[in-house]
Formats: sequence, structure tokens, C-alpha cells
Amino acid sequence: MNERGMVIVGAGECGTRAAFALREEGFAGPITLIGAERHLPYERPPLSKAALAPEPEGMKAIAEAERFAAADIRLLLQTQVVAIDRKAKSVELGDGSRLPYEKLLLATGARPRGLPLAEGSGHCVYLRTHDDAEAIAKRLRPEARIVIIGGGFIGLELAAAARKRGGAVTVLEALPRLLARAVPEEIAAVMTAAHRQNGVDIRCGVSLASFGDEGRGVRVSLQDGAEIAADLCIIGIGAIPNTELAERAGLAVVNGIRVDERLATADPSILAAGDCCSFPLEVYGGRRVRLEAWRNANDQGSLAARNMLSRGEAHAAVPWFWSDQYDLTLQVAGLVDEGKHTVRRDAGEGAFILFHLAADGRLVAASGIGPGNTVARDIRLAEMLIARRAAPPPEKLAAAETKLKSLLAA
Amino acid sequence: MAEWIEACAADDIDEEDVIRFDHAGRTFAIYRSPDDEYFATDGLCTHEKVHLADGLVMDDVIECPKHNGRFNYKTGQALRAPVCVNLKTYPVKVEAGKVLIQLD
Repeated sequence: MNERGMVIVGAGECGTRAAFALREEGFAGPITLIGAERHLPYERPPLSKAALAPEPEGMKAIAEAERFAAADIRLLLQTQVVAIDRKAKSVELGDGSRLPYEKLLLATGARPRGLPLAEGSGHCVYLRTHDDAEAIAKRLRPEARIVIIGGGFIGLELAAAARKRGGAVTVLEALPRLLARAVPEEIAAVMTAAHRQNGVDIRCGVSLASFGDEGRGVRVSLQDGAEIAADLCIIGIGAIPNTELAERAGLAVVNGIRVDERLATADPSILAAGDCCSFPLEVYGGRRVRLEAWRNANDQGSLAARNMLSRGEAHAAVPWFWSDQYDLTLQVAGLVDEGKHTVRRDAGEGAFILFHLAADGRLVAASGIGPGNTVARDIRLAEMLIARRAAPPPEKLAAAETKLKSLLAA
Repeated sequence: MAEWIEACAADDIDEEDVIRFDHAGRTFAIYRSPDDEYFATDGLCTHEKVHLADGLVMDDVIECPKHNGRFNYKTGQALRAPVCVNLKTYPVKVEAGKVLIQLD
């Protein structure tokens, strides 16, 4: 029998960060990090960007094997966890062996939402893992015709990557505009224009009818009768949290594994963090959310580690994410749909930031877009203002000559 | 061969701020601390090649604009994941209102 220690299920950004954070926080007992994939834990953001470039960057490991060894983190790769025995406080692995835990962290992530219509086609693929990205990269030839289902972040980053490789790209989106879920219309419009300038055929408000493999490709038929022939179809229509293990163990699942503000489930020995969990956001009065973002995975991994050590810390971060497409970066801090009014600040080079204010004047979100990292610093400052529940004067937010940092000091 | 290079005017940088300085195919970040001292480091984050001059300076800390990795810009020490490799620093002096950095 192994010594009881910390067990982390899921070796993505969140689980891996938690493992290292446990050591950084002084935990000296056994730490086991369990991942389903064959690779050392790696960073996922590049998979839809640099990994698909004409000269692709290789896999970016979160930490090399030596760092895991130096931190004495036991890494079990290509390993499934099939069950949690809450009474015995142990997990059962795919080979039938059992691993006892003192505290268990579920960082099981999410997987792409499947499109039933496309089932059975040999030319429809999804992107989640490094192996997925490698398979896609091989098929993004200059002469390739690519159809992308879904005008969200994954779909659009893939569209930009495919154009850089020279392929002909069509994006099909069911909603009336791109990026409808997380980004204001003004910002989505800039991104849409960039895609069109780069030759992407964007079709919004379309309904899919059927998929049929034809020769060495696939034909996608729309409800309006249009047909698109492609060599490769990439589906990016959202993600669903990996909650089955928690569900089988009798833990509550509501759009993700339900946890409290300290990332604890109803079982005090089990925590959940990252893409797989739903948690209350204190900054919006406890509104329950599930976030699919690199930063959240990283932050919650660190927080989960501290709370596995019974620090009792509440999650206080403001949601934040970015997307890179062509030479543009967009960043969003906070949840845009919390805002009632919008104030615009122009930042030069075509870059701008929208500040989203609640009815009472409180800054609740900020979104920006521009070349490179032109909006990064102001979005970061806005994030700090949001966390402080500041209600800066709208005219100061709008005036580019007012430094946001000065509002932070106020 | 220690060479002093003029990077910018002292008042090109606000207090508690940073600017980018490119020289001979290399890129640097020049900082002015809240206590009005000047510092210089390599310009790119050690995690991914992102210009730190687009990041936020808070006290002695520069935060990368992409992934919020943090360094102490006075010592180059990596402070926060995802960065784990320290940042190279360079000697700085201010003469006649000019900021000079010493390259190796």
C-alpha cells in the first residue's frame, strides 16, 4: 500500500500547476499527478496558434521531466482513473490498482463538444490535444480546402492558422455574428473584418443540414441548400466538462463539478479546479460560472493546492482571457454581460478598449483589441479596478490621456 | 568588452513604468522605479517571446502582458509561474539626463 498523499487527476495546466504549488507551499508528503495522455504535461494555448504555423513550434512542456523529479512529483502518464472510493479515500486506476489520498484534486478539464451530424465522417476532426494539433497541422497544406464549424475562439484561431498556411478557409457559424458568447459586437466586428481581409469566407446565421464523405474530402450541406466541399472539416463548437468521474462518486454536477469559493466539493477531502468545475464568482455576488481559460486553470491550480493544505482561501480572481489572430490580440477581463453601459477609449494604432459599467457605475468588465499587446496593460489595470469594485468616472475612462494607473490609486 | 549605450532620455519613462529599447538586433526593457531609479533587462519574457515593455510595472515587479509571469526587474529573479527562468539584467547609469545601459 502506498503512503497516503495528495492525488491530482488531470495533468493539464491546472493539475500540473497544483502539483508544483503544493511543493512551493511547503508540502513534503507524496504528490501523484495522473494524466491520460502519453506526453509530459504541456501548454495548450499554442495548439491553435504556433503549433499550426508554417514552421511549427514543437510541444511546449509546462515543465521538463527533471523539474518533476526535482520536486519529487510522481507523474503517472497514460493512466485512467476509473473510480473514486470516497469511504476508503482512494482512487482506482485503469489497471485495477488503488491509490489512497489525503486530499484529491479533480482537474479533469473539458473535451470538445461533439457534432452528431458529423459522426461517421473520416474528414471531420476536433482540437483538444497535442496529437490532435499535429494531425491537423499535417493536413493544412497550401492547396487544402478547410471548413471550420463554429466561429468562436478555437474556430477563428484555426482559421487564421490555416490561412497562414495558404489554405482556402470557410467558417460556418450558427449565430448571427462571430464570438457572440464572450465578446462585444464592436470587437467581434474588428476580428471579422481581419478574417475577411485575410480571405476567409465567413458565413454567419447558417444551419447545417448534412455531412457526406466524398472521395478524399467531405461535402457540408446547409439548410439553405448551399454546399461546401472541403478536404478537412474542423469542428469547434464548444467544450463540455469532464465530470463523469465525480458524478459516479456521487458529487454534485451542475455545468461542471460543483465547488464552493474555496474549490471544495461537498466532500471535504475532494476539490475540483479549472475547466471541469463550476464555482461562485465573488466579484459578481456569487454568480456561478465555469471558465475555459488558461489563466483560470493556472490560478485555480495554485488556489486548489493551498486549500488542499487547508488554507481556506476564497477564489477572488477576475476572469481574464486572450486570443491571438493574425497580428491582432483581443483581451477580456471580467464578464461582459454584467455591464449595462459601455465607455470606449481609443488607444492608437486602431486599438481600443471598451469599459463595461454596471447600472450603479461600477466597472464590471473591460474588453479590448489591437495589434500585438497594445491593450494588454490597460486591460490588466482594468482587471485590478474590477477586483476593487471601483466606479471610475466614465469621462476619465474614455480619455486616453488619463492613465488607468492613476484611477487605481484614487 | 563593456560598452555603454544610450537608451533613452531619463524623462522618456514615467515613474513606475517601462519602455522598449532596441539596439543592434537585440531588444531590452528599460525601467524607472517608483523611487526614481533606472534598471534594464532583456526585453523578452523568458517564457514565451513577449515584449515585457507592454507589461505592467508594480513596485519592483514587471508582469508579462501575456501570461502574467512576474520578474523582479532589479534582480531579474523569476517570481511567478509560468516563468521559471530568470531575466538577464544590465547595469544602468543616468548622465546628463540620458539613460545609459552597459551591454556585454
